[in-house]
Amino acid sequence: MKLRKIAHSRTGDKGNTANIAVIAYRPEDYPLLEQHLTAVRVKEFFSEIVRGEVVRYELPGIGALNFVLHEALSGGVTRTLALDIHGKSLSSAILEMEIPDR
Amino acid sequence: MKTIRIGSGAGYSGDRIEPAVELAEKGEIDYLVFECLAERTIAIAQQAKRGDPAAGYDPFLSARMEACLPVCRREGVKIVTNMGAANPRAAAGKVMEIAGRLGLKGLSIAAVTGDDVLDILRAEDPMILEIGSRLSALGDRLVSANAYLGAGPIAEALRNGADVVVTGRVADPALFLAPIMLEFGWREDQWDLLGQGTVLGHLLECAGQVTGGYFADPGLKDVPGLARLGFPLAEIEEDGTFVITKVPGSGGAVTPATCKEQLLYEIHDPSAYITPDVVADFTGVRCAQTGPNRVQVTGGRGKPRTDTLKVSIGYVDSWIGEGQISYGGPGAVARGRLALEIVTERLRLTGVPCEEIRCELIGINSLHGEKISSGHDPYEVRLRVAARTRRREEALLIGNEVETLYTNGPAGGAGAWKAAREVVAIVSTLIARPLVKPTIHYYEVHA
Repeated sequence: MKLRKIAHSRTGDKGNTANIAVIAYRPEDYPLLEQHLTAVRVKEFFSEIVRGEVVRYELPGIGALNFVLHEALSGGVTRTLALDIHGKSLSSAILEMEIPDR
Repeated sequence: MKTIRIGSGAGYSGDRIEPAVELAEKGEIDYLVFECLAERTIAIAQQAKRGDPAAGYDPFLSARMEACLPVCRREGVKIVTNMGAANPRAAAGKVMEIAGRLGLKGLSIAAVTGDDVLDILRAEDPMILEIGSRLSALGDRLVSANAYLGAGPIAEALRNGADVVVTGRVADPALFLAPIMLEFGWREDQWDLLGQGTVLGHLLECAGQVTGGYFADPGLKDVPGLARLGFPLAEIEEDGTFVITKVPGSGGAVTPATCKEQLLYEIHDPSAYITPDVVADFTGVRCAQTGPNRVQVTGGRGKPRTDTLKVSIGYVDSWIGEGQISYGGPGAVARGRLALEIVTERLRLTGVPCEEIRCELIGINSLHGEKISSGHDPYEVRLRVAARTRRREEALLIGNEVETLYTNGPAGGAGAWKAAREVVAIVSTLIARPLVKPTIHYYEVHA
């Protein structure tokens, strides 16, 4: 199934680094995120966009993962040539990722 | 038990104004905070101040103050804002002028300065990682250097009776933390309390982003009344426990989901969110719905603050030239792709020196590249070419090569648009705390 079915997301930016929080709608789905939404997979999914490292932080208390995408914003909001200068639309892209059904 | 109510009246400089008035009128708040200073804004404001010593503060300062000052005065609401940007004293002067005109006699205003550390940094000449050289390598392209101040000077200004506190660069959560520390007498080494107060500041600093803005996804995450979105307010108790809510009847929604999204917005390591006041730890935070549009937030913690302060450095970087044109109907994508090839070849033939270029079709690949976006064929596409150049004249040529597609490109090119803009970019460094000396200036309206 698509990630969109069990989780919601929000993107933020700091300089040339983006972060995407992925949050399970239901606490019981969080282990599924933790198991299948690895930093390696997210890095591969965004391989055309993210030039640097992808780091994952876990927040089981709120059922969320926080992905930090380094060198992801072609220079960052102040100098990028991109239409989406903040990378705000990345949060919608990640919801297209596939994860196994419950 | 004593409870403080703090409202968030703006999430960025250009934000809606009437939700702030609504908060002041109906929110029963003690403080109204306007966070209006983005990373790069202060550099642009510094450029404005160079041209005119009375300029360099937020362009919407007058509009916000005219709308909010009378009601805040009437309801006894104190205002804290970073709308001073590069010139807090001139901003305070403007607030004085407006308050005088509105007859708000006795209003006390404070301006916090000391964040401008350009001269100190010039002397220190630190290594700047993002540009791979020392600061001095930027030469006359260097525009500004501002350290992020903490809650201390704001709390002091409020303690001394200021009704309105205007700052320049201050860590966003500190705008909220300052009144809380003052009201509850939290010491500056009560790290867990400061961590929890920072959670509050972080949740509120983007205003509507915690009440249902930047959230709706029809069918999955529906939010009512976004056209009249209510801005958030927090009710906080002495032990740091707080509730996020909004004015009853306003649009939007406050739920654990909206709060969780905002908690992680622009966060890297959630166990170490570094601010001038504390290293906050968000990993123990819990959000619980305790009523309609009421979410209780607990569990923020903190560790001792660092010995350095972050500094944002603004510099003139380059120019960006851009052009856009649309193609519609059958074959639109193929004509768009042909047009991109033509512009790319034209820029090569005419020898425009581009340091970096981006050629894309809006509707096809402009946001997420080819790989993620493949498999869709829209009815219309919009070509976009943006390129970085050293000089303005070169940047203008980028848009021209798109515009000339009208008569030289594929059939049906429509709605061409072009622009060239100068880029003021931001890099950052750290500065030793003792080198930064905040100063508070006080003013009172007599008129």
